[in-house]
Amino acid sequence: MKTMTVEQVTDMIIYACDAIIENKPYLTDIDSAIGDGDHGIGMAGGMAKAKEALLAERPFPDVNAVFKTTGMSMLNSIGGASGVIFGTMFLGGVKGMGALSLAKLMRGSLEAVKERGKAQPGDKTMVDALELAVLAMENSTGDDLPAALAAAKDAAHKGVEDTKQYVAKYGRAKSLLERAIGHQDAGATSVAIIFEAMHSYAANAAEADA
Amino acid sequence: MKKIINPGSDIVAEMMSGYLAAYSRYFERISGNNAFAYKNRRKGKVSLVIGGGSGHEPLFSGFVGDGLADAAACGNIFASPNPQLILETARAVNEGRGVLFLYGCYAGDNMNFDMAEDLCDMEGIETAHVRVWDDCASAPKERVEDRRGIAGDVYVIKIAGAACDAGHDLKEVLRITEKARDSINTIGLATRPGSIPGLGKLTFELGDDEIEFGMGLHGEPGIERTKMQPACELVERMYGEIKNEMGLGAGDKVAVLVNGLGSTTLLELSIVYNELNSRMQADKLIVHDAEIKSYCTCQEMGGFSITILKLDDELEKYYDTPCFSPYYARGEIK
Repeated sequence: MKTMTVEQVTDMIIYACDAIIENKPYLTDIDSAIGDGDHGIGMAGGMAKAKEALLAERPFPDVNAVFKTTGMSMLNSIGGASGVIFGTMFLGGVKGMGALSLAKLMRGSLEAVKERGKAQPGDKTMVDALELAVLAMENSTGDDLPAALAAAKDAAHKGVEDTKQYVAKYGRAKSLLERAIGHQDAGATSVAIIFEAMHSYAANAAEADA
Repeated sequence: MKKIINPGSDIVAEMMSGYLAAYSRYFERISGNNAFAYKNRRKGKVSLVIGGGSGHEPLFSGFVGDGLADAAACGNIFASPNPQLILETARAVNEGRGVLFLYGCYAGDNMNFDMAEDLCDMEGIETAHVRVWDDCASAPKERVEDRRGIAGDVYVIKIAGAACDAGHDLKEVLRITEKARDSINTIGLATRPGSIPGLGKLTFELGDDEIEFGMGLHGEPGIERTKMQPACELVERMYGEIKNEMGLGAGDKVAVLVNGLGSTTLLELSIVYNELNSRMQADKLIVHDAEIKSYCTCQEMGGFSITILKLDDELEKYYDTPCFSPYYARGEIK
């Protein structure tokens, strides 16, 4: 599977929204350990708004519009740092939807997120998962979307594992210093859930196509 | 956990509706959102917009008024308002002389207000911002920009409001407000956690017989956890920290706020002030003004903070200008 239609991309993002909404209690538990416990509520609320907007506004003229609607919905409903960061993640420009264009989109998102939040890899943030996912997509050989997303979700999960070793530089966990070690970052977990869901959708869609 | 809310409903929107209905003679809601402006605000000046997460009332919503902020943008529980809401709030009170954003220094607030400033810039609204970082227990002095904003917000808003009303341009308002921000320190003490409205969870865990010095408003870990002690010993430690931090000595003129964190009573806070006052007198500080109130809270959180504003002639002038909101007023009726 080389590319997706705009309708398929819309469905894929809605699928990712549902995955975050389902994982609200899980994200709350993770964030409660070292953060202020509101990540699950914020993300689920933002993704519910995004899904609502996607359903109301579809069909979209292009993939860019799908991502923009998602990003703006999250930005204007989650609040806090997560709203800006996850909103920004979806606000990067994109044309068409193949493995390469998705990698390019996510590279743009990653750079925008780093610029906005000032976080670098190793700071125990969502950047740890997103950076590895983007690199995996860029290194994925062949222009196959499910394969690129499979590599991305594995890399994102590895990024989540990596956050357990880090001392936090941002948010409430920052003041815990070494006490935060051993705990994974909630934002990185959300990134992994989103890539996992996008992969599941793409793999199922490719199977249906075949 | 008993909490007087409607489970499952939008807590912040309902709070805002109740608050604005009660004080409708003073405030007007901004386009149906969790933001509002002071109806009788002065025209033709730099506009002051404040904001932050909800759940810490009366901060920030109680500090919109005469000689104070022109408008407040209120986020979800303990979460910054979003850029669009901040933009709409700025738009609603912009008089063409620029908007100063004033908020506590937290990662979420910093990013959302930064993004809102980008949006304002695209519309040709001139902006500047001051992040309040008064909590001297939250990071060492060398990393002052990592410190959090707590009760010191009150004094910074007071002085910024007065500077705006004096008719200065944005650059001058910014200078005065930053000077006020840099003349303020706060240190807090937690005796028990607050709860997160709608979540039914406590913000942190603390033993019944324990206290934590320097703990943040959302339960951010502080500098030391100990067994409960008498008021005199608590104040001794906290006053020592803040005196040292600010280099206070004989002849320094100060304004002082003993701020309750939510459930600590006026009886207790007054005992705290009594202890504090005797130490300030012994050190020959000149106490220009003092207050015992619960302004910067976190629901049922127990404990208090001590804020000291060191005044010079310029800051004193702006501090002494009368101001009024339903929750904060300075100056006397003559």
